[in-house]
Amino acid sequence: MVTAREFNHVLLDVEDVSLSFGGVTALENVSFDVRQREIRAIIGPNGAGKSSMLNVINGFYHPQAGTITYKGNARKQVKTHEAAAQGIARTFQNIALFKSMTTLDNIMTGRNLKMRKNFLLQVFYLGPARREEMEHRQAAERVIDFLEIQAIRKTPVGQLPYGLQKRVELGRALAAEPELLLLDEPMAGMNTEEKEDMCRFILDVNDEFGTTIVLIEHDMSVVMDISDRVVVLDYGRKIADGTPDEVRTKPEVIDAYLGVAH
Amino acid sequence: MDILYAVFAAPFVDMWGYPVFFAEVVITGVLTGIMYSLVALGFVLIFKASGVFNFAQGAMVLFAALTLVGLMEHGVPVWLALALTMVVMVALAFAVERLMLRPLVNQPHIILFMATIGLTFFLEGFGELLWGSNVKKLDVGIPNESFEVGGVLLNQFDLFAAVMAALLVGVLAVFFHQTTIGRALRAVADDHQAAMSVGIPLKTIWVVVWSVAGIVAMVAGIVWGARSGVQFSLSLIALKALPVLILGGFTSVPGAIIGGLIIGVGEKIAEIYWGPLVGGAIENWFAYMLALVFLLFRPQGLFGERIIERV
Ligand SMILES: Nc1ncnc2c1ncn2[C@@H]1O[C@H](COP(=O)(O)OP(=O)(O)OP(=O)(O)O)[C@@H](O)[C@H]1O
Ligand SMILES: [Mg+2]
Repeated sequence: MVTAREFNHVLLDVEDVSLSFGGVTALENVSFDVRQREIRAIIGPNGAGKSSMLNVINGFYHPQAGTITYKGNARKQVKTHEAAAQGIARTFQNIALFKSMTTLDNIMTGRNLKMRKNFLLQVFYLGPARREEMEHRQAAERVIDFLEIQAIRKTPVGQLPYGLQKRVELGRALAAEPELLLLDEPMAGMNTEEKEDMCRFILDVNDEFGTTIVLIEHDMSVVMDISDRVVVLDYGRKIADGTPDEVRTKPEVIDAYLGVAH
Repeated sequence: MDILYAVFAAPFVDMWGYPVFFAEVVITGVLTGIMYSLVALGFVLIFKASGVFNFAQGAMVLFAALTLVGLMEHGVPVWLALALTMVVMVALAFAVERLMLRPLVNQPHIILFMATIGLTFFLEGFGELLWGSNVKKLDVGIPNESFEVGGVLLNQFDLFAAVMAALLVGVLAVFFHQTTIGRALRAVADDHQAAMSVGIPLKTIWVVVWSVAGIVAMVAGIVWGARSGVQFSLSLIALKALPVLILGGFTSVPGAIIGGLIIGVGEKIAEIYWGPLVGGAIENWFAYMLALVFLLFRPQGLFGERIIERV
């Protein structure tokens, strides 16, 4: 159990966001906030709009209505690479790694935005570019150590088992040293041991680096264990918002999970 | 029996008996192969990074060569004409991204493929409108004299072309593996969405690959144009690049290069040693037949990723 911690600033504020695809409504007037340093879970039945919400936050989807205020800047929509530049990193529900590249190279791409040196210098691998590459390499190695994946540094990730791929994907996101980390079902399809490892990593990231985390997860025990506050979505609408204990006992939430007709 | 001997033995006896001539045949084949490789390389770069099968790659070769010759005919010195042509190819990349890729983003691949067919017609037409349609001689000042090494006749120009191509491939290899942009390009080739999520701007990457493909096309245009004149048929080498891609795999840079060499050498050898048996012209269809064989037995090509059907 996480005891109630003190969170001051609102890092991300989602206000009245609505998103639809043709006739399908994915999100309807959803509002919630994420405070600095907290672990915020988004839960809900399949098709509730959880992934869509993350896609709106990092700019994959552009909502028809609503505003997103991130670090005090209100905006209606954002470009994905700009969101990344502002410190938002993420993982995907269906692993999206660069399969032909090694673990190390995948993690290095996470540092893409931090590389500054002229590419002509890089081509000839000259002084400053070389030093920079070394610094980034070291940062990537720290992530690798942190996630305990030294053994697969040079393995093309396409050849790795599922659980490890998920871990590499987290590594790529961490390499960017994000302020806001979006995790879409980081533990889906894992066995118990892998889940425990992943939980530990998420808590450590939050603890050691002070990273704010928004996490989608189906496993209720995990959600109850590691999250500070929970948003519950159902059919694109928010039906509950609060601490795990508050949310768990709400009749709407129980209904949504038991599939009671609306 | 005679026919079996003529098909399966006599050609090899000839090769063995006249090694110098055989070496010359192979070298000619390699040089043609380099051309195919260059064109195929342009295809692969664009296909990897944007999933677009760029039918216009051959037209880009023609367009680059026409631009270069046209500028030189107007009295522009070679080095300046080269630089300007490069600028034109980069400008073309910007235009393609802005006017073609961006509006068609998320459309099915077949739509983008059609768009590149449109681009082909545009480039051919526009090139001729600007620079005229008569065959032009391209002379970039590379000496064209023959010399002998160990009895084998070599041509300075061909050698130069080979070195240029090798250099280009080397530079591209370094570019892809040593630079941030290179790593970003490989990332985009593997997964668009993930690449965007780590902050790689897709549009910039598209401009970069189309620019690189344009410059590769320019080198191909120079080499080929200087040898056989700048004319409409340059655009048709694209058709020879297709079997090269089937051989090498659509996503493999080494595959494009080796596939090009295999086809270049293979068709020359087939033409010289087996051509007389069937009345010649093997060169015209050899590549396609080889591609067909590959499609039957190894559809992913020599280096392409394994195609595994998911059910
Ligand atoms: N790109 C898209 N195009 C069309 N419809 C979409 C798209 N993305 C999501 N949807 C629709 O929006 C709704 C919400 O989907 P979303 O993926 O956000 O749900 P989810 O809560 O993540 O579900 P799951 O638990 O299955 O991952 C669904 O009805 C889905 O079909
Ligand atoms: Mg989802």
